[in-house]
Amino acid sequence: MNLTLKVWRQAHENDTGRIETYEAKDIPESASFLEMLDIVNTGIINDGGEPIHFDHDCREGICGMCSLTINGVPHSREQGITTCQVHMRKFRDGDTIWIEPFRARAFPIVKDLVVDRGAFDRIIASGGHIGVRTGSAPDANSVPIPKDDADDSFDSAACIGCGACVAACKNASAMLFVGAKANHLNRLPQGKPEKDKRVLAMVHQMDAEGFGNCTNQYECEAVCPKEISADVIAKLNRDYAAAVVRDAVE
Amino acid sequence: MASNGSLDSAIPEGPLSEKWTSYKANAKLINPANKRKYSIIVVGSGLAGGSAAATLSELGYKVKCFCYQDSPRRAHSIAAQGGINAAKNYQNDGDSVWRLFYDTIKGGDFRSREANVHRLAEVSVNIIDQCVAQGVPFAREYGGLLDNRSFGGAQVSRTFYARGQTGQQLLIGAYQALEKEIDKGGVEMFTRTEMLDLVTVDGHAKGIVTRDLKTGEVESHAADCVLLATGGYGNVFFLSTNAMGCNVMAAFRAHKRGAYMANPCFTQIHPTCIPVSGDYQSKLTLMSESLRNDGRIWVPKSAETAKKIREGQLAAKDVAEEDRDYYLERKYPSFGNLAPRDISSRSAKEVCDEGRGVATTGLGVFLDFSDAINRLGEDTIRARYGNLFQMYEKITGDNPYQTPMKIYPAVHYTMGGLWVDYNLQSNIDGLHVLGEANFSDHGANRLGASALMQGLADGYFVIPATLPNYLVKEKPGSVTTDAPEFAQAEKEAKERIEKLMSIQGTKSVDEFHRELGLLVWDKCGMSRTKEGLEEALKRIPEIRKEFWENVRIPGTAEGMNMELEKAGRVADFIDFAEVMCHDALDREESCGGHFRAEYQFTAEDEAVKTGHTGEGEAKRRDDEFCYVSAWEYTGPGEKPILHKEELNYEEVELSVRSYK
Amino acid sequence: MNALGTALLQFWKSSIGKKLIVAVTGILLVGFLVAHMVGNMLVYQGQEDLNKYAYFLHHFLHGWGIWLFRLGLIGAFALHIVATIALTRQNKEARNTRYAHEETVQAPRSSRIMIWSGLTVLGFVIFHILHFTIPVHPDLQGLKDPNDAKMVDVYTMVVRGFQNPLVVLFYIVAISLLCSHLMHGISSLFQTLGLRSEKTRLLIKRVGVGLALVLWLGFISIPVVVVMGALGDGSQEKPKPAMSAPASSSLDVTKS
Repeated sequence: MNLTLKVWRQAHENDTGRIETYEAKDIPESASFLEMLDIVNTGIINDGGEPIHFDHDCREGICGMCSLTINGVPHSREQGITTCQVHMRKFRDGDTIWIEPFRARAFPIVKDLVVDRGAFDRIIASGGHIGVRTGSAPDANSVPIPKDDADDSFDSAACIGCGACVAACKNASAMLFVGAKANHLNRLPQGKPEKDKRVLAMVHQMDAEGFGNCTNQYECEAVCPKEISADVIAKLNRDYAAAVVRDAVE
Repeated sequence: MASNGSLDSAIPEGPLSEKWTSYKANAKLINPANKRKYSIIVVGSGLAGGSAAATLSELGYKVKCFCYQDSPRRAHSIAAQGGINAAKNYQNDGDSVWRLFYDTIKGGDFRSREANVHRLAEVSVNIIDQCVAQGVPFAREYGGLLDNRSFGGAQVSRTFYARGQTGQQLLIGAYQALEKEIDKGGVEMFTRTEMLDLVTVDGHAKGIVTRDLKTGEVESHAADCVLLATGGYGNVFFLSTNAMGCNVMAAFRAHKRGAYMANPCFTQIHPTCIPVSGDYQSKLTLMSESLRNDGRIWVPKSAETAKKIREGQLAAKDVAEEDRDYYLERKYPSFGNLAPRDISSRSAKEVCDEGRGVATTGLGVFLDFSDAINRLGEDTIRARYGNLFQMYEKITGDNPYQTPMKIYPAVHYTMGGLWVDYNLQSNIDGLHVLGEANFSDHGANRLGASALMQGLADGYFVIPATLPNYLVKEKPGSVTTDAPEFAQAEKEAKERIEKLMSIQGTKSVDEFHRELGLLVWDKCGMSRTKEGLEEALKRIPEIRKEFWENVRIPGTAEGMNMELEKAGRVADFIDFAEVMCHDALDREESCGGHFRAEYQFTAEDEAVKTGHTGEGEAKRRDDEFCYVSAWEYTGPGEKPILHKEELNYEEVELSVRSYK
Repeated sequence: MNALGTALLQFWKSSIGKKLIVAVTGILLVGFLVAHMVGNMLVYQGQEDLNKYAYFLHHFLHGWGIWLFRLGLIGAFALHIVATIALTRQNKEARNTRYAHEETVQAPRSSRIMIWSGLTVLGFVIFHILHFTIPVHPDLQGLKDPNDAKMVDVYTMVVRGFQNPLVVLFYIVAISLLCSHLMHGISSLFQTLGLRSEKTRLLIKRVGVGLALVLWLGFISIPVVVVMGALGDGSQEKPKPAMSAPASSSLDVTKS
């Protein structure tokens, strides 16, 4: 199949950047989207140009590195997958495809389609953990966890930190990411002791990083490759309100 | 050529089951006030590196941690699907530390070090406790307690799992612990930073040279010791289940600086991957081995039927039961579809070589769930494997609930790696190697759900206990980046980059990588011969020569340049491939992942006559090859020097591995 | 500052804190709208009932009631506006670049124009107050109930107020935008207050849309019915000279 690509090119963070057009020729239908870009890049290199830079690593939908906005939708319109799992059989011969980076002020562009998502790490560092030292853990079965709680927690823990939620949100809000991490840990008995501290710290860090806030459009859950529900945002709001009240009066 | 230079594995005295306990009891300690004076470099942030960096920082050491990804959470440990073994015996089905130890030794085809493996089995139970306390959401039963499953050829249910995302959940646990320490200031994290060289001062590893992948800047970092947790070298084959960025550079740089490379020919081919579909393919996708619990593997009995399937004239479900060959169940009645990875992989290759393969390329076998769906219902199967089935459908466009999956073996894990002693220290003082990057625990073949266990054992429990043994002899902060060795290493690293950039040839880095990959897959893959390996050893220098004359790297060395990154890695893969082939050539036996076609059981062998094993099975030669090969680098293109560590089995009796 | 003060400041500064304020004030405003609409429906009961209701509103708690109520309402309204404007500015900053190819997957249109529908409603509220609460138009001033001179003739004022089709059109547009605002706003406040979950999701959505539609129908019916002439043309049978100040719809100032 033959395609026209409209790709965001930006030499470095302070470059203004622009859309450039490439022709992708003879792309096999069974190729993945990133393999299509590999093919295009080989052509660019052979023509003496600089290949299109994009982040990718595991190419099996779990590392969270790949981060392309395809036709205006992070990871494409297909549900529940990452960019690397998009396959060309979903496109039609002659299609024009827009490829842009994940856009947000908190995710500065490094080069072309590569962005810096260090803000997510800093949010996790601020409170997205359980403060247990290695070696001090009790026997794993000493605290039974109701299966429903474990499953609820798990659904949130599935987050791969790709940042699609931020990229899809017109406010570049990180609420789905923060909500998922808070819910993963807050629902477990192990995570309860630090619950309030965690929620306050993570929300504070989230705001400090310059993410927007949630206006409840749920674009985030629509593009989340792990299909994390925006219900985690409701839980985050609730946990935050409770934490503020306890923090103020206790 | 082979030297008998004895390698001291530093195994503690005493009975096997008491070695680790007595080691810890007698280990050197560093008092808390002094710990913060020591600085430690950890390269890699996967299960081994991440857990080590976090734990060492908790103990009070100053840690610098490096990863090439944009976040430590992305290391390829994340992709492990199946589970993690631990000798908890929560299922009361007869498991024990001894049994896990024995299964791992046997699974490794008796080529691993007893003491290390026993320690691994011992600490396995602590790992689960630690991870649960961190909030890792392992699968649970309705009573709220942890669930287990049998995995990868084990006859007990000792595998803890988190849906199909065990690696991800464990890595996130380690990552969160690491971020917690970063927040406290104990760990300084360097993301998008690649190690270009190891710096040794007076024979001790005291630092590294790195390149900032965002700015292109080459920098030096000094510390009191260096830990490499940089994963395996599976990408030497170009196509593997590894992440695109996985590379051997850090380990190979250390090798060039004197660290021995051990057993590089022991590579694991995973039996259940999605078959290759075209030459544009960039990587192979693993389907969790857990699928073999319910899926049945088969090919048609006749090559004609297989041909019809390949050409789309016949659907798998229309092949009559009596025309199907469930070859694993036939050959290994007691283990059936759960036979160990090396055996399953080789069997798949055999049937495809017979022309009975079913994928369009002829390289593929069926993994069929129709029996399980009939027996348990589609909902149960969906609950167990839903996400895997979904993944398969996304990639192939086939629905595995209706038509059997097609699978084929692919390079997955590398048992070989830098040689380490019981302390996880390499033959270079101060250089410690953890996780897949070392060679220590899996022998010639790794059992399913053991990689996660080893990575975390090394990082959480082993290295924190063994590192003081080295550190206590060192004056903290004695070496800084002012040492001339750093300037020299930095200069060499920069020259290498300049050289790469100056070639401006006509072939892209990927073209060289693919060529190298195909060669080693062909000659040093699932089945190896003397002739093939010799041919590879002839071809590799030619590839190297062309690479250094004709590779094309666009752009500049300043700022981000992913082609330059790849070029540096591929250059090392080329050199590494040589060591791997030398090792495979030297090891004139078949064991685990290393199958030398010259050494297989024939009808004349006693073990075949007695029915203990079958014709064509791997033939170990314990009299001559019961050793670890540790290769010493001698120069570009030169044959490395072989050092042997004899493997002494005190508790385990070497036997012919039988899964019949 | 004491610990409580710090906590409150932190709360205001945080994004979720401001959103919680928007949600809580939103509840108050929705509550007011419901009451307002129910009161308005008395117009269909006839002149006497509506005028009596207006009289009651202006005189309960010795006339203090309505002022307490108004203060609360103005406070909620102001907070709602100040917080949403602050949040919107933050959001614009957070996404400082646009996609060359914009696309939306599931965000409904109503959710995407919240700030505009909200600001239109603000403009409408000002118009509405000048229209009926402190009527600036001389025809609507000083109307007295024909049967009881101590009561203001709200009924006639309403009927007269909607004789102009342009005014009616403006009401229809503004109330439609208000209801668009509510369609997204009502379900959103449940989310912000943390009450949305798998079990309640559908219900909340239905409540939000349902309530918004009921309010739309209720509010919009009056101008439409009046302009169609069903309630007469607003001429009083026994007009009385204006003795005291203006009157208006259900919430009204009376200078007695």
